[in-house]
Amino acid sequence: MSEVPSVLIQRGRIVDPSQGLDTLGDLLIEGGKIVAMDAPGKVPVTRAQRVIDAHGYWVLPGLIDIHVHLREPGLEYKETIETGTRAAVAGGFTSVACMANTQPVNDTPYVTAFIREKAKTSAVCRVFPIGAVTKGLRGEELAEIGGMVAEGVKALSDDGMPVMNSYLMRKAMDYAKAFGVPIISHAEDANLVGQGVMNEGPLSNELGLRGNPAAAEEIMVAREIALCRLTRCPVHIAHLSTEVALEHVKRAKDAGLPVTVEASPHHLILTEESVRGYNTNFKMAPPLRTERDVQALREAVQSGLVDVIATDHAPHGIVDKAVEFDHAANGIIGVQTAVPLTLDLVHQNIISLYKWVESLTIKPAKLLGLDYGTLRIGKEADITILDPGSVWTLSEDLIVSKSHNSPFLEWKFKGQVKTTIVGGRVVYEC
Amino acid sequence: MVRHLLAASELEASEIRYILQVAKYFAPYVSRGETIPLLQGKTVVNLFFENSTRTRTSFELAARRLGGGTLNFASTGSSVQKGETLIDTAKNIQAMRAHCLVVRHSSAGSPTFLSQNISVPVVNAGDGFHEHPTQGLLDAFTIEDRLGSIAGKRVVILGDIAHSRVARSNIYILRKLGASVAVCGPPTLLPPLSKSLGVDYAYRPEEVLGEADVVMALRIQLERQNRMQIPSAGEYTRFWGLSSERAKLLKKDAIILHPGPINRGVELDPEVADSPRSVILGQVSNGVLVRMAVLGWVCNPQGLEEWLARGGHRV
Repeated sequence: MSEVPSVLIQRGRIVDPSQGLDTLGDLLIEGGKIVAMDAPGKVPVTRAQRVIDAHGYWVLPGLIDIHVHLREPGLEYKETIETGTRAAVAGGFTSVACMANTQPVNDTPYVTAFIREKAKTSAVCRVFPIGAVTKGLRGEELAEIGGMVAEGVKALSDDGMPVMNSYLMRKAMDYAKAFGVPIISHAEDANLVGQGVMNEGPLSNELGLRGNPAAAEEIMVAREIALCRLTRCPVHIAHLSTEVALEHVKRAKDAGLPVTVEASPHHLILTEESVRGYNTNFKMAPPLRTERDVQALREAVQSGLVDVIATDHAPHGIVDKAVEFDHAANGIIGVQTAVPLTLDLVHQNIISLYKWVESLTIKPAKLLGLDYGTLRIGKEADITILDPGSVWTLSEDLIVSKSHNSPFLEWKFKGQVKTTIVGGRVVYEC
Repeated sequence: MVRHLLAASELEASEIRYILQVAKYFAPYVSRGETIPLLQGKTVVNLFFENSTRTRTSFELAARRLGGGTLNFASTGSSVQKGETLIDTAKNIQAMRAHCLVVRHSSAGSPTFLSQNISVPVVNAGDGFHEHPTQGLLDAFTIEDRLGSIAGKRVVILGDIAHSRVARSNIYILRKLGASVAVCGPPTLLPPLSKSLGVDYAYRPEEVLGEADVVMALRIQLERQNRMQIPSAGEYTRFWGLSSERAKLLKKDAIILHPGPINRGVELDPEVADSPRSVILGQVSNGVLVRMAVLGWVCNPQGLEEWLARGGHRV
């Protein structure tokens, strides 16, 4: 590694919930670490090889996305560690945690080591692998959890393939406690989901699409909470989407259980109404829900009941998406649109700036036990600089990800990532 | 703008009345064996991804009676399983200079998806559990033909509503034409429909048959059914089948429709199916007329207008 040049970020609005900070100031980076923070104009320009004028911008701890699919190894036609992390930094993320449903599945120390080594040579941001709970995501036997943690896995999840066997999930939670990693649950009862492809209700019946009822999520969230109570293993609910499941979580948190929750930007912005027209870029699991659910989810981000905003960045190729709605793959790309989509909720005063930054920085960092998500002196300089007022349109040529399965093409946004810095290096500039 | 027929939910009441009226005007020409040359030099492609005999044949006859050529493209199972995507299949057929695609597919929304990706009219001939708009139109035609009008009539749709595209299309059309509709069947097969549709629910036929002017018995799709929805065909027949006994509850002039093919002895007692109340075969003949009207309306709207004007027909 060549030496990291020193950088001075001047006159930005520094927002760092890890220190309870919201202030105008300068930030100095040396040797890849944050070495000084002071009032605007107080840090001498002569100390830095490069100066970034952040006047009018927000300077935040580097954003962390704990739920992405990088598709490598095995599904490189959709995304690679390189393209996925390039998209991530363009979206303001300096760390991502990638799900285990690659080919082969990340269910052994060897696959974990491959991802880690590949990230070293091709990633432009930090990559933290998530290991499978069960071998092959088949829900039959425990994966080699200890070995994967030794190679760098920060959490466990069979994302996309809910562990239906409650006995096995209980044992996974028990076992994971020895290694100090949380279990992330894709909480849907697969039998109740059946062949459902959208939220069940009058609209699914109108469109003639098989429904996936909210109850499928509610049941599984209730089960995970029951198992958490039994085992005391930290459980994180991925992409929670229903009002009633939030009520379950509230009771669990009130009881002091180690349960955390994430919401994805699309569940905070879109309702099932988008499915009219059968555009497969509105097909995801869990499905887009009702206006009521969206409102409840937004309030839960503001109240802190939802801990983390995470994208579930799920790249898919044309062959996966330009097909019949029933046959289309679930999911959408998300790392480049997460900031502007959810920032809109800040602009509308639905979520406070402080809560918003917290849910994208220190809270996800703590969840995975990462020493990032903060601008404290002495820490690695992972920094995201935003222009909150910049208006722009997402055109197809701006998409960095290898896949273009976004329902937000041609959407007009307010708020744009200007600079992304990882370990003191500028990895993205707009 | 290319005109499609994708869903009855998208049709205005005035458009429904127009199509039914045109079908009525076509009737005498068809019985005299005359061609109405609205599709001369055009080819209608029946793109069927699901088995069908009567609907496909009906569209084929309709196209020919308008002077058009037809081409049948049948493929069971999904296009994905064949390794060719639905878009590729459709674009290939369009490249063969088809002028209209009549599409049947087991996945809801497939005709809509196709219409967004090709430049010729698409007619939905049944998509999954979504809609079957020409069936709805021909049922409306049949009811009007037998009962004079639809407004104010009570229609009971009996059977598997959840998996019926026929039920959905009928509900939209009949409601738009002023009928009141009740759906009746086992609760496992009665989905929650939008309240705005104004449809009544009943679990037992005895609750609604007495008020019906029209009973539409739906095919119980035994092949798609599993024992988690209905315990057995016998139990269905016992509680929901339109038996001679239950038919006695009907008003004197009430009629019985069925989209076919009938499971005789399951949802419909053979005696009832062949009784004077039954208009099932009339539905089949009317199907051709209505599909002629639809094909003319989407493929050659201007020609249709001119034909109507020439014949002094006013719509």
